[in-house]
Amino acid sequence: MNMDFQAINVILEKYRYRHSDIIGILQDAQALENYLPEEALRYISKKMEISLTRIFDIVTFYKAFSLVPRGKYTVRVCCGTACHLGGAPQNLDKLNRLLQIKDGETTDDRIFSLETVNCLGACALAPVVAVDEDYHEAVNAGKIEKMLSAYQEEE
Amino acid sequence: MKIQIIIDGHMVQVDNGTSVLQASRKAGIDIPTLCYHEALKPYGSCRLCMVEIVQNKQRRLVTSCNFPAETGMEVFTDTDSVKQVRKHVVELLLARCPEVPMIQTMARRMGIEKTGFKKIESKECILCGLCVRFCEEAVGAAAIGLSNRGTEREVTTPFKSSSDTCIGCGSCTYICPTGCIEMIPDEKTPGMRNMNIGRLSLESCPNDYKCTDCDIEQQFIKDIKNVISQFRNKDKTQ
Amino acid sequence: MPLITDILGLEALQEEILANRNKDKTILRTCISTGCKAQKSLKVVEALKAAIKEHGLQGKVEIIKTGCHGFCEMGPIMVVEPENIFYRKVKPEDVGEILSTLNGSGGVVERLLWKDPDTKELATHERELPLYSKQNKNVTYRSGKIDPADIEDYIASGGYSALGRALDSMKPTEVINAVIASGLRGRGGGGFSTGVKWKICSNAPGEMKYIVANGDEGDPGAFMDRSLMEGDPHSIVEGMVIGAYAVGASQGFIYVREEYPIAIEHFSIAIKKAEEYGLLGNNIMGSGFNFSVQINRGAGAFVCGEETSLMISIEGKSGTPRSRPPYPAIEGLWGRPTVINNVETLGNVPLIISKGADEYAAVGTEGSKGTKVFSLVGKVQNTGLIEVEMGTTLREIIFGIGGGIRNGRSFKAVQTGGPSGGCIPITKIDMPVDYDSLREAGAIMGSGGMIVMDETSCMVDVARYFIDFLMYESCGKCVPCREGLKQMHHILENICEGNGEEEDIKTLTGLARFMSTASLCGLGSTAPNPVLSTIRHFRHEYESHIHDRKCRAGVCKNLFEYIIDPEICNGCGLCRVKCPEKIVSGEKKKPHSIDSLKCIKCGICFNSCKFNAIVVK
Repeated sequence: MNMDFQAINVILEKYRYRHSDIIGILQDAQALENYLPEEALRYISKKMEISLTRIFDIVTFYKAFSLVPRGKYTVRVCCGTACHLGGAPQNLDKLNRLLQIKDGETTDDRIFSLETVNCLGACALAPVVAVDEDYHEAVNAGKIEKMLSAYQEEE
Repeated sequence: MKIQIIIDGHMVQVDNGTSVLQASRKAGIDIPTLCYHEALKPYGSCRLCMVEIVQNKQRRLVTSCNFPAETGMEVFTDTDSVKQVRKHVVELLLARCPEVPMIQTMARRMGIEKTGFKKIESKECILCGLCVRFCEEAVGAAAIGLSNRGTEREVTTPFKSSSDTCIGCGSCTYICPTGCIEMIPDEKTPGMRNMNIGRLSLESCPNDYKCTDCDIEQQFIKDIKNVISQFRNKDKTQ
Repeated sequence: MPLITDILGLEALQEEILANRNKDKTILRTCISTGCKAQKSLKVVEALKAAIKEHGLQGKVEIIKTGCHGFCEMGPIMVVEPENIFYRKVKPEDVGEILSTLNGSGGVVERLLWKDPDTKELATHERELPLYSKQNKNVTYRSGKIDPADIEDYIASGGYSALGRALDSMKPTEVINAVIASGLRGRGGGGFSTGVKWKICSNAPGEMKYIVANGDEGDPGAFMDRSLMEGDPHSIVEGMVIGAYAVGASQGFIYVREEYPIAIEHFSIAIKKAEEYGLLGNNIMGSGFNFSVQINRGAGAFVCGEETSLMISIEGKSGTPRSRPPYPAIEGLWGRPTVINNVETLGNVPLIISKGADEYAAVGTEGSKGTKVFSLVGKVQNTGLIEVEMGTTLREIIFGIGGGIRNGRSFKAVQTGGPSGGCIPITKIDMPVDYDSLREAGAIMGSGGMIVMDETSCMVDVARYFIDFLMYESCGKCVPCREGLKQMHHILENICEGNGEEEDIKTLTGLARFMSTASLCGLGSTAPNPVLSTIRHFRHEYESHIHDRKCRAGVCKNLFEYIIDPEICNGCGLCRVKCPEKIVSGEKKKPHSIDSLKCIKCGICFNSCKFNAIVVK
């Protein structure tokens, strides 16, 4: 793949190559391709003179990072306490069945990625399922198919 | 400044900055450890070295490897609470690594026949972090590290691939308490040795440890000399 | 851009802003925070703008995009000022009708008013809603009223005058003493005296010091900090600058979890504006005091809400905590004295300096001064954010403000303090909510999450849920937490699947004791709390799962069935239509039945039946 190293350089300049800002740098770098390719990490390691070991530790420790390409839409099932009590496990179950993928996986056609997230802070709307920036409230297993079809129609 | 503390009834005098563990060793009292090594910064992850201390009339359990000794402190290394903690640590490790001889021996020595916990898995690594910490702090290569989080935390190389920075010194194999890292001959390239963590192999010394002929060694010496002269020049200008 | 160079300049600017405001305008305070935005409030704003233009009402009607009003389930929320009319669930189509009532006739759009579910009375004004009328809004006073992206809104309402007062007429030690005297305790969960923490840092040796605002709010079910950061970011910035002045810090960090993008955006705007106005950066308000701030985003790790882990994250490493001592206030970021305060704590600071410690401390109880923001969620009628005086009872909160349990069910427990907290049963419903009382009851204040449960919540499942959460979030460094949580998870999973064993409760309790004494950080040491509190107050549920293999709450799938009671079922067919697996059968007007073998226990039929004909067996 063609990694845009120039775009990464811009990010490194923005943070002035500060080691302590490596997490912010990686977050901005991830926004370029919606995931972090291995080449990008090796490049950043070299340019910033931070051991690849430390970078690999960071990108596997913090769950905001993905080392594999994600789908066009990321479906996030909120598993906060209020959402859990409101039926998040059933929603997740329904999504598993519908999309035929598990938490952390992407559909074969690369349209949807499924993730669970620990609380989006919209607890009064529980149970919440977010598709990218759209937060869907009071979702139950019956509403999910319709919710997803709105995105599938755009394909 | 000297610190005076009492350990199991014995008065010990130590320098400021000494840990309770180091003070105990000075007093000849043995506290078991797993993740501690004199050459490295204390880590505090195994919890085996926990002792009871009384300080400012408060009694609590702390890890002795990284707790600073202070005058007026009383330390108890063998109370029931301490023994309970040790027992739980070893039983949990036994449940994690039921086949590892070193853990089995440790359990037997502490009078633990078997673990009260379910053997859900069978790992070899106890995640003491000694290999990783030694590689980074003492050797400076940072070739292996920790990745993932929680129950998935593991020791690997980046992307689980051959390391560019491993120098094949063998420190990780030497320091590993369970023996799950070994140095083995590489079948593909005779004369070379590999660091093996489970089924992972890392790069090793390309010159079969013949350091006097080695250009990597020569470069290393040159680099060190450079650093030292820069340092000395800086001293002169300041 | 007016640069404020002293306290008089600030006061003059405030007067100028207020004088320039057209008091004859109608103002529509429309919430664009996370909860309302999720319900498309931005489309409402667009529709409003278009309608205002169409009817030529510019200059007469103004839209203010506000932060969170707290009553998120009623979103999108709009409050019409100066009449204080509260509209809920506003849609873009409603905009025309709303504008037409603004012609001075005093009319309201009735269908957008909130209706009390019990009395069926309509509430016209915001202050009439029980959720708001019974609150004591201090820290959250401005959120929902001002435009968080407009610094002049903040200044007009008295913002930055506390900072002005501190810089102009108080020494750093006087600021610290005021905060100590106020009795302010950490609002993030620790409950440590804020003033004492500042004093320790101030006294610690070292030229370079730091102050950190902890906006990591990881407790699931809690969104108080989210609301405050989105709705009134300047209050936190002001609190930080005052704190920095008090301890002698020149650099600050605001750590916000990345799941709160609106909060991050609003902080960015706030910092930029504050710098432009001379309220942040070099020579703040002409005082000679320098302090700058940067935002650090979290990256999806709950453990980074813990102080040492947060610092390590700011230093650019993976967030594994370290032991204490050394304490962060003495040896923190890069070995330098560092104060870490929760954002709600910092939001309280300007109030203390403005009102004075005595007036602040007049509210609350002996050991817990001031007010606290709680997120009241779960099975209550009115869910949302509430700020109440410390010492208010659980009954007043859950039944008074919350309106009791919804759907005609009954109260079972309230969980406070998130994964470090515990479940409180009905027997303690009259207890005061303060740091010490909650601890005695086997729970903790935590960050303020209050999750109400009814008879459809399984307490063993709740314990399992929290252990699962913590197992996923544990950093994995120390044996007690990593291995202990793994074992607890295994045992609780087995119990919930019907494979519980006789000694399970004893094993869980033994593990709990070990984890609480031997874990490296607060995550591990408080992890056993939900397990211990549910065993303490709901032991019979554990026993029922283990011995009878029954989950009477109808949650653990292997341990119950949905049965349609033929005596009650009138054959309306709603469940048959709604069942996603199509396994409900029956003729019209005749009792229906569920094929238990194929039932996936999704609960749709159970929740849909209007006659309560479906029961858990």
